[in-house]
Amino acid sequence: MSLSAPTHGGMPGGILQRLMRTPGLRRLRGSRALLVGLLLLAAVVAVALSAGLLYPGDPRDMAGPAGTWPGVDARFPLGTDMLGRDMAAAMAHSAGTSLTVGIAAAMLALLVGITAGVLAGYFGGAVDDVLMRISELFQTMPSLLFTIILVVILGPTTASISFAIGITAWPQIARLVRAEAVRVRRLDYVDAAVTLGMGHGRIVLLHVLPNSLAPVVVAASILVAQAILSDASLSFLGLGDPNGMSWGSMVGAGRPMLRTAWYMTALPGGAIFLTVMGFMLIGNGLNDLLNPRTPVR
Amino acid sequence: MPTSLRYVFRRLVQALPMAFAIVLLNFLLLKLTPGDLADVIAGESGSATPEFMENLRRLYGLDIPVHLQFLNYIQGILHFDLGYSFRQGMPVGELILERLPATILLSLTAILFALLIGVLLGVVAARSRGSLLDEAISVVSTMGFATPLFWVGLMLIVLFSIELRWLPSAGMVTVGADYHGRWDEWLDIGRHLVLPAVTLSLFFLSIYVRITRSAMLEVYGLDFVRTARAKGLTEARVVVRHVLRNALLPIVTVTGLQLGAIFGGTVVVETVFGWPGLGRLAQEAVFSRDVNLLLGIFLCSSFIVIVVNLSVDLLYAALDPRVEVRQ
Repeated sequence: MSLSAPTHGGMPGGILQRLMRTPGLRRLRGSRALLVGLLLLAAVVAVALSAGLLYPGDPRDMAGPAGTWPGVDARFPLGTDMLGRDMAAAMAHSAGTSLTVGIAAAMLALLVGITAGVLAGYFGGAVDDVLMRISELFQTMPSLLFTIILVVILGPTTASISFAIGITAWPQIARLVRAEAVRVRRLDYVDAAVTLGMGHGRIVLLHVLPNSLAPVVVAASILVAQAILSDASLSFLGLGDPNGMSWGSMVGAGRPMLRTAWYMTALPGGAIFLTVMGFMLIGNGLNDLLNPRTPVR
Repeated sequence: MPTSLRYVFRRLVQALPMAFAIVLLNFLLLKLTPGDLADVIAGESGSATPEFMENLRRLYGLDIPVHLQFLNYIQGILHFDLGYSFRQGMPVGELILERLPATILLSLTAILFALLIGVLLGVVAARSRGSLLDEAISVVSTMGFATPLFWVGLMLIVLFSIELRWLPSAGMVTVGADYHGRWDEWLDIGRHLVLPAVTLSLFFLSIYVRITRSAMLEVYGLDFVRTARAKGLTEARVVVRHVLRNALLPIVTVTGLQLGAIFGGTVVVETVFGWPGLGRLAQEAVFSRDVNLLLGIFLCSSFIVIVVNLSVDLLYAALDPRVEVRQ
């Protein structure tokens, strides 16, 4: 391991080598999961991007008779809600919200997590101790409750929701990156860089950081999945951005109609499920392909 | 000092800063909230002259420096004084104690159910590794991670309460029920418990499946398992007595670590099923923007997580002598 060549920026270290070592069966299973996941994600992204074209105008406007079941009226393939709004339009417009919050929250968690992980792993000692204690704190407390409190205090906007979700999710990334950074720090090329007189900043940025990112690739897509789920829970509890539409708030709004029109909750919930499933499958697939020795999937 | 005692001591010393950090975080969030207690009371009373506000701030110690306020805050917490919820008209501490038993009942039932089914599926998956059954269990457990709990709950209500009419859809007891004795009442609570507990258990079920499967696969190839087989033990006995036993330790640890997530789950699940616990209380607090009450719930549930994890670790040290060696 200690003789592996350093990679300079770009691709996180050793992804190609890892792929070559993956046994055939696992590669097959991994690529199938990856394919299904990518297809699901592509569909959701396509819907999100074309929502404005397919359904121009405000999806909150009344479009037809209230409470039309899906498949009854050709104009409304997914039916209408209790106020006569087109379910398909509302769901299409919600796709963008979920993806935005999910990805923004994941980016924040990645940024904080990778920074904390690399610093803790590279410097060790007191820096490591302090950062890991903080990450333990975040892993101990009920993070959904913490997120809820932050959103209540800051007010529900897309930005505050993404922030509140992302800020609770970074410790898992920090721990993964730290473990890699600890390993990388001991490798010969880091010693060589020290001998050449490189400063901490350059060593971290050029050598430790790019070579510690491999496990993050898998974790990132799981992170987006979890963030979308948290966002859905928040909107279901009435803490969504009041200016936007979201699947979670649609489920919440359809709840009183459960007895007579359960499709109003079933459809948006199904959309959340498929989107999250897409990201999970991508994560699982990548895990099978890139980490052939981890038994858990 | 014997090593075991030293370990207990060290774990206690580790838990204290964590508890302090939670208290500090809670205090900071309280200070971050726009509007203080005086604003809330003045708002409720509808009369807010500057003198009245001044008096209120003096009365509640809000006119002294922040670090002294923090000391007062800690003192309050040590006496389980978590402030007053003006929206609910009750002290926060009392509200929480009143709701805690329902949440404990729900969480424990959900964890037990998840353990039972999760471990079973995990064992089956590990025993039939690589087969179609293993694959199917893995897909199902991924789906468990990907499904929003509130949605599962609502769909279960549609199926079991509305269509089939087997189980009640909300609450913990039947309103206006006339019970014939204790047993009757428990049975009623039990019937109300089924759907929320199953919903809450789903996420953990998926975790247990994965942990059990991987822990079993790790131990399967080891020498002591081969010895057990060579002794002529039945396969069931090998699995239960030797393999599963070793898988139990990670399962216990994960349960402790996921406790925080359970509290998150109860907020959503109790909201769906109108279950009168802490989670439902949190949702009511969200609805009325009662930050003080939310912070009280946050503080209490965090402490519960710390205490449970501490107990798990200590139990661990008692069960598995290797724990200390590794330290």
